[in-house]
Order: sequence, then structure tokens, then C-alpha cells
Amino acid sequence: MLQAQHIDLAFGAVQALSDVSVDIAPGEILAIIGPNGAGKTSLLNVINGMYYPQGGRIVFQGVERGKRLRPYQVARQGIARTFQNVALFKGMSTLDNLMVGRTLHVRSSFLSQALYWGRALKEEQAHRTYVEQIIDFLGIQAIRKTPVGKLPYGMQKRVELGRALAAEPTLLLLDEPMAGMSVEEKEDMSRFILDIREELGITCVLIEHDMSVVMDISDRVVVLDYGVKIADGTPDAVRTDPRVIEAYLGVSS
Amino acid sequence: MNVSFFFEVLIGGMLSGVMYALVALGFVLIFKSSGVFNFAQGAMVLFSALTFVRLLEMQVLFWLALGITLVVMILLAITIERIVLRPLINQPLIILFMATIGLNFFLEGLAQGVWDNQVHGLDLGINDVPFEGLQQATGILVSTFDLIAALIAGALVLGLSLFFYKTRIGRALRAVSDDHQAALSVGIPLHHIWGITWAAAGVVAFVAGMLWGTRLGVQFSLSLITLKALPVLILGGFNSIPGAIVGALIIGASEKLAEVYLSRFLGSGIEHFFAYLLAMVFLIFRPYGLFGDEIIERV
Amino acid sequence: MVYRESGQFKTTYADDMAMFPIAQDRWGVMVTITMAVVVVPLVASNYWISSLLIPFLIFALAALGLNLLTGYAGQLSLGHAGFMGVGAYAAYNLATRIPDMPLLLSFFGAGLITTGVGILFGLPSLRIKGFYLAVATLAAQFIIEWAFSSIGWFSGGSATMTLDTPPMVIFGYRIQTPRQRYYLTLGIVMLLTLLAKNMVRSQVGRAWMAIRDMDVAAAAMGIRPLTTKLLAFAMSSFYAGVAGALYAFVFLTSVDITAFELDRSFRLLFMVIIGGLGSILGSFLGAAFIVLLPVLINNAATLFVGTVPTDLIANVELMIFGGLIIVFLIVEPYGLARLWHTTKEKLRLWPFPH
Repeated sequence: MLQAQHIDLAFGAVQALSDVSVDIAPGEILAIIGPNGAGKTSLLNVINGMYYPQGGRIVFQGVERGKRLRPYQVARQGIARTFQNVALFKGMSTLDNLMVGRTLHVRSSFLSQALYWGRALKEEQAHRTYVEQIIDFLGIQAIRKTPVGKLPYGMQKRVELGRALAAEPTLLLLDEPMAGMSVEEKEDMSRFILDIREELGITCVLIEHDMSVVMDISDRVVVLDYGVKIADGTPDAVRTDPRVIEAYLGVSS
Repeated sequence: MNVSFFFEVLIGGMLSGVMYALVALGFVLIFKSSGVFNFAQGAMVLFSALTFVRLLEMQVLFWLALGITLVVMILLAITIERIVLRPLINQPLIILFMATIGLNFFLEGLAQGVWDNQVHGLDLGINDVPFEGLQQATGILVSTFDLIAALIAGALVLGLSLFFYKTRIGRALRAVSDDHQAALSVGIPLHHIWGITWAAAGVVAFVAGMLWGTRLGVQFSLSLITLKALPVLILGGFNSIPGAIVGALIIGASEKLAEVYLSRFLGSGIEHFFAYLLAMVFLIFRPYGLFGDEIIERV
Repeated sequence: MVYRESGQFKTTYADDMAMFPIAQDRWGVMVTITMAVVVVPLVASNYWISSLLIPFLIFALAALGLNLLTGYAGQLSLGHAGFMGVGAYAAYNLATRIPDMPLLLSFFGAGLITTGVGILFGLPSLRIKGFYLAVATLAAQFIIEWAFSSIGWFSGGSATMTLDTPPMVIFGYRIQTPRQRYYLTLGIVMLLTLLAKNMVRSQVGRAWMAIRDMDVAAAAMGIRPLTTKLLAFAMSSFYAGVAGALYAFVFLTSVDITAFELDRSFRLLFMVIIGGLGSILGSFLGAAFIVLLPVLINNAATLFVGTVPTDLIANVELMIFGGLIIVFLIVEPYGLARLWHTTKEKLRLWPFPH
């Protein structure tokens, strides 16, 4: 579905990614792991269009992507994401946040919205209905009208997932979706991600630190260390890879 | 085109720019240490000048009046820090900025309510006459007053630069301006630091007030100087001390030059907004100014 | 117990998404509208209508525009009064230069012209944020002030400084008395408020708030930052332009740039801050506050102290404004509107404590 080929990314003198190539197959759940500062979020940001790599290219659904595509243009192609430090719109309720996720599917002009009739009204109701399905799916009915700033962290992450889903993406990028969650919450989230793949057919890429989750739900694992890809394969293969062990635990001498 | 006239306008403009720099310095001080743009700096200029002038008119001795005003400004700074800044510590900077707008109005009302609305002349003993030496050497007329103001401003800039870059407190100030929380966690006494910076800004405001007050008379329009300082800061960078001077010189010079040479095409009064026009151009192409630091947002 | 929702069930999403889903709110709004349309013109004196209610409505409209830009879209603007000025001069020129120009069309045209100017000055908003953008809006304010006082064409080439607005006629009906002018203003303000309320609860409003809260994430969601911000500038300028036209034609009956100077911009910002950023109701509350405050101070002063010199009143007014801004920002940055909502929340439970 998406191939990132030979990506180089640098911030001044800091090389965040060096010659990183990742293939994402349609319908798979791919986990990106690695120690802190390995460049995982940077890789997602490149895929997302937020950073422009100095070298390499992105091929999405068979088409090479323009070098300087803006984030909203990338979103339009069908890629949605969540962020490491929950990037919800704190001034709005859960429902409103999810409705914002429907942006790409809003066709009515602002004039028609100002009059709140005709096409705008129908669309608004249709989007509300769709968003309610996501609310049902994630079980967040009770917090529909709560301003998201007031929600506990785990709930916020869930809402952010819902917002990304509202865009009807083909590729979903999740940046540490389970950070700071309890065991039960992690199980819920894992279930959601698996359901997203099975019921909605969305390809998922997730950055994750919890190894048990990674082993459990991902089809393939990519390991980054200091901006370089050091392993790429099934969870079992990666788990026993000596380079990976060295990166996480250090060399035993 | 008369070359020496051009230089007169240029140098005159640059020197009036120096006066802007004095006010801009106050802004930079506060911005550098707290990230807040202190819209009330102009009101502080007015307040200090009014206090000083009225004390003089009440027959208080010059140096005593100076001392009293300094003390008043320092007390004012500490009060502002305690009452306005401390409660707003974790709010987004835009809220702080709006608070300083409110503060500006408050101080204006206070200054004029306590003293009065009249224009007061201020005489520091320096005359606004052409500087003899230069006039005789090159035939260019440059005011002595402007030159002395330039010297004072230069001394202030030097002093403040040394303070910020060579002393421990200066380093602490730079840390604070970068990140409040981080500075706090390293043990930097945030509130003391802010008290110091605002007091310093108050002193700078006083110096600016004295010099501007002599030139314009001490009156309400002094606080409008805030509005001239903004383009200076855009050009020079909000957190750069040398930038304040450079920006001020450019603004001062280009303003006067534009007024003299362009007004035949565009009508008079150009100098009132030319600075802002220049600022707009910079905002589009180089928003952080010539010397300012770029702010990078991390997601 | 007064403000309970129990017993009010919604069975369709449409019902839930109505403008005022809670019955008590609907009642409240109807009562207010009835008061405004029927009761006030019967009961209020000419002084009240001409000097207080009409300016209140006009400033509420302008504050509403500013709130759309600053409160909802998060773009701080210090030049809003300048845009009002553009509207005033545009309406004047349209009404006097085009023969038989209908009044309402002049107002509408003024709004459109101001929209154009607003979009122009809003262009920097893609590259700069926060108060860098505010500085750009200040630039707009100064440039506009200079343009209208220096360029003669805007003043119809007339030599005299005061430009009187032509008499207002709508469909052959002359608008002259305070009550007539009140109805004209009320009608326009009500219509534009309705449109604003709709925009704010639709995708437009949500996009604005998204940009305000976190524009990076908004972009990742498919929201186009530049178009969204420019739309905010456009809408807010339209409202400012119409408000300016109303101010000139209905209130001042003359066009004068000094009515739209920087001080006015600050007052509009104060209305929005005190009333509540990001709230339609807040714009009205803030406007009412700022319009009434000088009257209150004056009356209070004469009551307690006797005759007070106008200078002192003006200075005390400044101090109170400034002080209130600071107090509001510290205590309730979301202004009177938030205080109102909190009161309503308390009313849900009253007389029970929790």
C-alpha cells in the first residue's frame, strides 16, 4: 500500500533517519519499535507530510507522491493519524472532535452552512449518524458532550482514535496509542485495532513500546535505532534478532 | 538632489530611531525573560515621565526626584509581577499579552488620574541645537540632543548586553525566557527574576521617558510610542538587544526618508504608518526579524 | 431545579442538533426576542434607544465579527475598527455615487468590500501566528486610518471634513425616528447573528476552532489552514463592514474616520474578552458591558461625589477597563458567557448543593 524508500531526514546536524525503507502491505498491522529517539515519530511525520525528507521518496497506492505535499493533501489521499501527545481540540466536545474528523467528506459551502438548510443540513445529519457509529464502536457514548480537556488520558486517546477513524482512511498511523494506559485499557485498545483491521479493512501502522502488545497484535515489526532500520520481519523473528536485543539491552560483554 | 540634505535626513532619522530603540529595549528585556510582550511599556514610559516631571514642578531637587521616580518604578514593577503575572503563569502567551493591554489602559488612567492630563515641559539641560563641531566640519545639521540621546542609548545597550551574556543572572534570564517550567525545575527563582526584569524595564522606560519627554513634552502621546516600537521589534527580532538598535535605526531612518521623499506622491503623514508597512513586509518574508530566534513547534 | 433537562428526550439526531435543544433555553430566547422587538420600543425612552440600545446592537455586531476571528478561529486582530471604517466609507460611497442605490444594498456592498480588504490583510496569517499576526492587523489599522484621512477620493472629493450620510429610505419608507432606526438595526443584527450561530455549529465553526486549538493536527485531518483562516477574516470583516456602515448611517449620521481609530479596536477586543471568547452570547454581553459602563461610572460618581470633572471620569474609566480586563483574564478567561453557563449549571441543581 505504501512504500517509503530510502528516506533521509535531518534537522540541522542531527540525522533523524538514514536510508530507511519500509513497505506497508494492505490490510496488515505493522508495528514500529525502537528505543527512544530512534526516529519512529519522525518516520510517521514523513509519511504524514509534516516533515519533508532530504532524500528518498514515498509511493502510495502505486503512485509516487509529490515531494512537498502538504499534510492536508496527504490526509485527502486517505492517511489519518493520531499523535504521541494527544492532539485533540481541547476547546471542543468529543462529538465535535469526531465531527471535525469528517472534514474531508463535507461538501457543502459555508453559505449553505450559514443558512443551515438544504445540503448543509442533510450533510450535518448524515455525518452525525456516521460519527455515532464510531461512538458505538469505541463505546464512548457517555462522554459525547464532555469537553475533551476534562477527560482522563485513556479516554482522550480513544477519542483521538475515533477522530482518525471518522475520516474513513485507508491507512491509519497510530503514534503510541497505548502510552500511559492500564492493562485493561490496553486490552480494549488492542481489540479496537484488531477490529479496525477486520471490520473496516484499514491498514494500521503503530508505534508502540509495550512488547507484549506488539507481539500480540502485529503482523510485522520494523525496528529502528538511531535513525537506522535494524530489523524487519515477523514478531518472532524480530524478537530473537541479536541486533534488536543489543539495541534494547546493550551488548553483554 | 542635495546630498548633504539627504545625509541630514538620514542621520536625523537614525537618531530619532535611537529614541525608539530606548523604548524597544524595555520590550526586549521583558520578552527575553518571560516571553511576554509587554504592551504596557508605553504606559510605563508615560507614568515614569509624569511622576518625574510633577515632582520637579513641586520643587523637588533634581536628583531626589530622580531617585524617587526610580523607586516608584521598581515598586510598580514588583507589584505588576505579583498581581498580574503570577496568576497568569500557565496561561497561553496570548492571554498574557491581552493582560498587558489591559495593564496599559490601567496605567494610563492611573498616571493621568493621579497627576493630570496636561502637557508638561521637561528640561534636562541639554539643548536641541545643532552640534557645532559637525556643522562646521561638514555642514550637516545634527542636534546635540539627539547625539547625547544616542550615547545614552548606546551605553544602555552595552550595559544590558553585558548583563545578559556575561552574568549569572543574565544566563538565568535567558533560561527563563526559553522555558518557564524547565527553569523552575532547575531551581531558578522565577518570581525574583521577573521582578528584576520588570524593574529593569521600568528603569529603561524612565530613561526613555525623560528623553522623549524633553523632546515632545510629557503628555499622553508618550504612551503611543509603544506602537512605534512594535515595527522596530519585528525588524530586529523580539528577543535581541542588538536587534532593537539595528531595527530602530532602520525604522527611524526609513520613516523620515519616506516622509521627505515620498510624500509628494502619496500625500503627507506617511511616516505614521511607513514603519508598519516595513514591518508587514518583514512579517511575510522574515517574521523573526534580522536577529531574532526562530520558534520551532514540535508535534 | 429550574434548569432541569429531565423529561426532555430527543429521539432523533436532528433534535439533538437543534440550535437550542433545551426547552428552557428556547423559552429564554423567545422571551428575549419578544422583549427586543415588542416591549423595548414601547417602553424605552428615546435617549435609551438612541444613545444606548442602538450603539449596543451595532457594537455587538462588530464584536460578533471579531469573536468569529479571534474567539473561534484564534487569530488575534487589533485592527477591527479599521474594518468598520472601511464599511462606513464604502457604504457612503456606494450610496452617494450610485444613483438610486437601495440602502440595504449599500450595506451589503459595504460588507463585501470590507470582506475583500479583510482577506487582503489576512493573507499573512498563513505564515505568522499569535501576536506577530496581531502586529500585522495593527498595520492594517494604521494604513486604513491614514488612507481615509489622506486620500480625498474616499470622502467624495468634498472639501468639508464632515460627511453627512444621505437620508435612509427603504422601499420608499423613510427611516428617521429613533424607533425606526432601532428596528432597522435590530433586524440586520438579528439576521446576521442567526447566520453566525449557524456557521459556528457547522463544519465551518468546527474547522475554525480546530485551527485555534491545534492547527497542526487540524491540517493532518484535511483542514486547509489558509482557506479556513481567510474565511474567518472574510466573515469577520463582513460583519465589521456592515456594523461600520450601520454606525455611520444610523448612529452618527456622518462618516468620520476618527470614530474608527485604534482606541475603538481595543474597545472591541475588550468586549470580546470580557464577554467571552468563542461565544455568540458573549459578544452581546461584552458589548452591553462596555456601552453601559461609562454611563454607570458617571451616574455612580455623581451619586456619591457630586459633580466630577470629565477628565477624571475618563481616567477612572480607563483604569476600570484595564483593571477589569486583567481581572477577567485571571479569574475567568472565558468571560461573562462562561459565568452565565456556570450559573445555568448551578441552576440545574439548585436548591441542592450537588
